[in-house]
Amino acid sequence: MTRPVYLVDGARTPFLKARGGPGPFTPVDLAVQCGRPLLMRQPFAPTAFDLVILGCVNVVQDEMNPARVAALRLGMGDQQVAFTVQINCGSGMQSIDTAFRYIREGSHEMILAGGTEALSHAPLVYNREATEWFGGMARAKGPLDKAAKLTELRPDFFSPVIGLERGLTDPITALNMGQTAEVLAHRFGIDRQTADAYAVDSHKRLAAAQADGRLEGEVLPVFDRDGVAHAKDDGVRPDSSMEHLAKLNPAFEKPYGKVTPGNSSQITDGASWVILASETAVEAHGLEPIARLVDSEWAALDPSIMGLGPVLASTPLAQRHGLSVDDIDLWEINEAFAAQVLSCLAAWQDVDFCREVLGYDAAFGHIDRGQLNIDGGAISLGHPVGTSGNRIVLHLANALKKNGVRRGIATECIGGGLGGAMLLEAA
Amino acid sequence: MDVLEQINRKPMPEDTPRPEGVKNWRYAPGDIAQLWLDCPDTGTNVISEAVLRELDQMLDQIKGEQPRALVIRSAKSGGFAAGADIDGFAGLRGDRAVEMLEQGHAVLDKLAALHFTTIAVVHGATLGGGLELALACDHRIGVEGVKVGFPEIQLGLHPGLGGTFRLTGLIDPVAAMQMMLTGSSAHDRKARKLGILDALVPERHVEAAIGAAAAGKLDHDSGGLRASAMRTRAARSLASTRMRSESEKKAPNQNYPAPYALINLWEDHGGDAKEMQKAEIASFAELLESATAQNLIRVFFLRRKLKSDGKGDDGITHVHVIGAGAMGAEIAAWSAMQGKRVTLEDVALEPLGKAVKRAAGIYDKKHLSDIEARDALDRMMPDPDGLGRARADLIIEAAPEKLELKEKIYASLVDVMKPGAILASNTSSLRLAGLVGAVPDPGRFGGLHFFNPVSQMPLVEIVSHEQSETRTLDRLAAFAAGIDRLPARVTDYPGFLVNRILGPYLMEAMVMLEEGKDKAEIDRAALAFGMPMGPVTLADQVGLDICLEVSRSLRENLERPMADTPDWLEKMVNDGKTGRKSGEGLYNYDKGEEPPKAPADDPSETIIDRLILPMCDAGVECLRKGVAQDVDTIDAAVIFGTGWAPFRGGPMHYAKVRRDVERRLTALAAEHGDRFKPDAGWSSFG
Repeated sequence: MTRPVYLVDGARTPFLKARGGPGPFTPVDLAVQCGRPLLMRQPFAPTAFDLVILGCVNVVQDEMNPARVAALRLGMGDQQVAFTVQINCGSGMQSIDTAFRYIREGSHEMILAGGTEALSHAPLVYNREATEWFGGMARAKGPLDKAAKLTELRPDFFSPVIGLERGLTDPITALNMGQTAEVLAHRFGIDRQTADAYAVDSHKRLAAAQADGRLEGEVLPVFDRDGVAHAKDDGVRPDSSMEHLAKLNPAFEKPYGKVTPGNSSQITDGASWVILASETAVEAHGLEPIARLVDSEWAALDPSIMGLGPVLASTPLAQRHGLSVDDIDLWEINEAFAAQVLSCLAAWQDVDFCREVLGYDAAFGHIDRGQLNIDGGAISLGHPVGTSGNRIVLHLANALKKNGVRRGIATECIGGGLGGAMLLEAA
Repeated sequence: MDVLEQINRKPMPEDTPRPEGVKNWRYAPGDIAQLWLDCPDTGTNVISEAVLRELDQMLDQIKGEQPRALVIRSAKSGGFAAGADIDGFAGLRGDRAVEMLEQGHAVLDKLAALHFTTIAVVHGATLGGGLELALACDHRIGVEGVKVGFPEIQLGLHPGLGGTFRLTGLIDPVAAMQMMLTGSSAHDRKARKLGILDALVPERHVEAAIGAAAAGKLDHDSGGLRASAMRTRAARSLASTRMRSESEKKAPNQNYPAPYALINLWEDHGGDAKEMQKAEIASFAELLESATAQNLIRVFFLRRKLKSDGKGDDGITHVHVIGAGAMGAEIAAWSAMQGKRVTLEDVALEPLGKAVKRAAGIYDKKHLSDIEARDALDRMMPDPDGLGRARADLIIEAAPEKLELKEKIYASLVDVMKPGAILASNTSSLRLAGLVGAVPDPGRFGGLHFFNPVSQMPLVEIVSHEQSETRTLDRLAAFAAGIDRLPARVTDYPGFLVNRILGPYLMEAMVMLEEGKDKAEIDRAALAFGMPMGPVTLADQVGLDICLEVSRSLRENLERPMADTPDWLEKMVNDGKTGRKSGEGLYNYDKGEEPPKAPADDPSETIIDRLILPMCDAGVECLRKGVAQDVDTIDAAVIFGTGWAPFRGGPMHYAKVRRDVERRLTALAAEHGDRFKPDAGWSSFG
């Protein structure tokens, strides 16, 4: 049995740039801040859901299974089943996809699916010897034993790395994510200027979307305990310019690299939720769907070129549904790196690549910049890894509706060599 | 289905019978005998004369049975015992009081002298007489969440059933005195740490802990070195001097004798339990006769009366507050802390952010745990889009005091509010009669007037108007009681009840300033009377802009002469000198000026009369006009809404005791003007 599945509503927090030190919210705090107003604006009670699924990569110690913690804090009831999913940068989309499949198969009627991430809370990681020493110190009995243990202390024990840095390094190839973008830039001939120009555009688009109120209802303000109301994605630089970006040094491969902090996604905190419903639920609660989820796809490839994940995941969707590049009205390709997005576009126009890898006779074709990430992306608003996949699906749905067009694909590259994609139609 | 509810295993004391002729106790004999305190027809145990008499009888019986151990615990889910039976002893005087105290002491002495192990299992509120009963046992096992303390000082008394000598004998005597002098209670871990509890366990381990105590495996920590050091009179004298000066800061001797009586008791007899016991009885009986204790006991009853006026179900789980100013924010924060789901709406984000910070501050001050504070903050949702309007069972409008603004808000609620939901205004200066025309449903509209700051002032005026339905007022009162505030039902009158009465206090102070009187002298005279704050300080605290508004409203709306407001006050407000909130008012806080805290040693009687008697007069006027039902409500509202000298029992009670108020007002009127002219209601007051 396959039933239609609708995205009926959704919201996200502003994405808050990590500014050194933990931000005001933990992953679950963000999910709660985002979920409260979203649930409040529904015509049904928070307990009406069959399931809560939340994507989160960096779970903090106090919030194991953040999906369940969030569900309880959101007043969704003791009987609310909730689980957390993790597929790195695709986690927020994995939650939607899982919900989509459950509803499509008929076992569930309405699911709250989200993503949350507080990258600013990523823990410090000590090396193995240091960890062993701390353990020994804790077990030491009496002052003598402790003193003996103290003599084993070495200065490098106190040089922890930020866990995030480790998380952004591929464990198989030891390449940093930025380096994988360098590999693609080299292979597809993306130069620094093109990448920078893409980044400037991302900022301008987000700034325009904020100014025109195109994010209203999608981005809801959050309030921290220090009394600050955060209303907007705060990493946006409306005054971004080529001159400014040209001054930045390569972030990962000095001195010749092309990937800089300016043309990479920002490290941010944020959460996003969408509500998925079956036709039965839509009728029962009198809901107005924004979009219909049509299909989804996950793909895998060599981790050192993980940035091509969108190409490998999206193409089968197009093929399965007999869609050409012209049939897709809007694209959301998560902007991990400008060079990486541009490489995807280049790959789809590369005849050899499309023939050898994707099984086409000719190039898939050109995706117009006017149809891609039309309101900005992770370069301007940031990439809270577990959240981004959720955000691009939500925004695609809203954008389809606002622009009065029919079909769109939201897709992201995933560290570790994966890609995820969802095909949506306006409802 | 609630699985937790299904599998919950609680002790079932109701299966244990009450012995023949015993009403307050259930008894299960055995190797470990169990006595359950279960006062009939109430949810809360109190230690009454009957409880002790029946205990005495039970102890005689149990003595004969020679169990290995005796456990005393409570069958009430809320707690062990809330204290002594105040209704039972409030009326006792002289010899009769001493006699009853001696009987009570004899029962607890009998319990303490049993030669098998006695164990009190205490949970929830274990206060006053309840704690004294537990202290007479060999061991105390606390169930998590237990709260022990001696609140007697708040009634102008000190413990009277052996608490003074048993607690100072059990734990560090200075800590014990501290507890009794402040009346503050110790919650579970704190009580364990102080040594009042020998064990602190979750309910599921109570039986095991009883077993351990009966087997002699439960030691209790003694007060240690400090306790033995305090056995010398010299050491106690030194400590007592410090306690006296601490007490003097909070409660002057002349108005509050109990702390000093308690300190004397310990200083003189702290080394000898028997002597201290004798002295405790004598001292307690003496205090009981003092006006302070009698008035404070009355205040206790007044609190209970207000609380019971808010009985019943409010049918309110979700509260929507419109306006995130100081009042709206406090109302929202407080309601969320008390378990309500709250949405707080404002047109701007900034005040909503500040409201969250304010809430976090309140939860911190109220010692909520991290998890409790987090949950309360989760329940309080800033709501810039007004999503809560359609969901709430109660909407509280706390917008600025502008008629057009409020009317606009009310109009926007038509066809939006949930069926059956109530709309309430927190207005303090507008009449409901002027607002009701704009509300969606006049029957389900009323005033819900909180006092600032909500987290500290327990009173809420429930204001009726001509079209309000009784059910609406009942629900509003139940709501107030449900969030641990005290509802006072009043009618739609200028200033309602409390501000009508308080107005002249502030206004007369302004007149005195105009006459050239020293502001500190005025304030210190009021402090000497027992007011928590002098009128000049209070005006700064409330805000001179608000004072101005209240004065104007009272002057324009009341059918009697009121004091004029000096021109300089209006000028100050126009210049932005609005009091503490702006850094400068009648005192200049920015320049480090602080209002006086010490009462005048020899206050001017005239100043006091000019400040206080118009409040009594306003009370009589309110009574005559039916603003409040009776003198008790007036006294209670003024005490709980303003902190009005509680040991004097309230303005109505004070007038009754003083007897010359009407005459004195007439004299003041001749000297200072018609504003002092006594109200027509004095003829029937008395």
